[in-house]
Amino acid sequence: MKAQESIHKFAPLPYAYDALEPYIDKMTMEIHYDKHHRAYYNNFMAAIKGTELEKTPMLDIFANISAQPVGIRNNGGGFWNHEMFWNCMKSNGGGAPKGKLGDAITATFGSFDEFKKQFADAGAKRFGSGWVWLVVGKDGKLFISSTANQDNPLMNIAEKPGIPVFCLDVWEHAYYLKYQNKRGDYITAFWNVANWDYAQKLYEEALAKNK
Amino acid sequence: MDYTFPELPYAFNALEPHIDAMTMEIHYTKHHKTYFDKFVAAIKETELNGTPLEEIFAQVSKLPMPVRNHGGGLYNHTLFWESMSPNGGGVPTGKLADAITAQYGSFEDFKTKFNDAAANRFGSGWAWLSVKADKSLCVCSSANQDNPLMDISDCKATPILGLDVWEHAYYLKFQNRRPEYITAFWNVVNWAVVQARYESAIK
Repeated sequence: MKAQESIHKFAPLPYAYDALEPYIDKMTMEIHYDKHHRAYYNNFMAAIKGTELEKTPMLDIFANISAQPVGIRNNGGGFWNHEMFWNCMKSNGGGAPKGKLGDAITATFGSFDEFKKQFADAGAKRFGSGWVWLVVGKDGKLFISSTANQDNPLMNIAEKPGIPVFCLDVWEHAYYLKYQNKRGDYITAFWNVANWDYAQKLYEEALAKNK
Repeated sequence: MDYTFPELPYAFNALEPHIDAMTMEIHYTKHHKTYFDKFVAAIKETELNGTPLEEIFAQVSKLPMPVRNHGGGLYNHTLFWESMSPNGGGVPTGKLADAITAQYGSFEDFKTKFNDAAANRFGSGWAWLSVKADKSLCVCSSANQDNPLMDISDCKATPILGLDVWEHAYYLKFQNRRPEYITAFWNVVNWAVVQARYESAIK
């Protein structure tokens, strides 16, 4: 019998390693994608090998993650979070979100600058390794949260669950080669490569799902 | 008692080529110093200002998170610097060597267990060799800046050897290759200090 093929694929990086220079350096992108992200994917695939999870969508796995071994939570999260993160950035990114997401951010946080401040704060205050998220809650409202390690707001263990529409990796490996201990500088640089079109798309999908 | 930021017991480049000078400099002057500064600020807001760290850790679950995070960061790094030396490496001798062999079968088996604890700590944290209340040894790991002296620890004990496995401890030189950093660490372990801690812990 032919081994069943998993639905989970390691996606290509949507741009070149040097595309986000000078904000995110080429070496960091290469190691981050080709070593860290790939290792999460490989470890995740090894952990689910021969189980029905090979055919289970990630969102369904996360919705029941507390029932799974911690290796699936850690590596599945690392696999999924990084793919989303790559898409949340692009060369010539930055600026401010437009459309419905721009309106919702202003309505929720008062202004885009105030949103940025709260998002950056959440990134600075995450102690140890983790992520910052802009999330749509069940009530359709936006909120900012941060998670430890490779957890995310889709997991049923999340303190503040919801559908993430934008994210930032604040593990030290995301910035240490260029910024070392200066996580704040990395977060400031990140705004220059933010892909708001992608966040806007995820936001509209999240609202449609919540209907 | 005032809290003091300890001196690094050797030059930044003393542990080359195993731990590089730039990592040591940033690790000590930026990371460790920031933990110290933030701990001093956080403990001032409590009634325990001036209390020794060990006593603070014993009741850390009742204290604000910054005390736990930055107090841990202060203590753990101090222990870590003292656990290394340019003339380090080799194997422990005396009572500690006997205890390691008795408990783990051999020094190599102990190293394997410690390496696994350090490699398998997901995210940021530490690997420890500690002495439990019954004087037996234990190898464990802790998240972030927690340590075995803290009342929240699931392996309560007195640490005698600690290895920092936060990415900042090794990323400039080893990047994603944490196991290579762990292998390099054994070349600089200051067993004389670890043995002295062991003998004091079993007294």
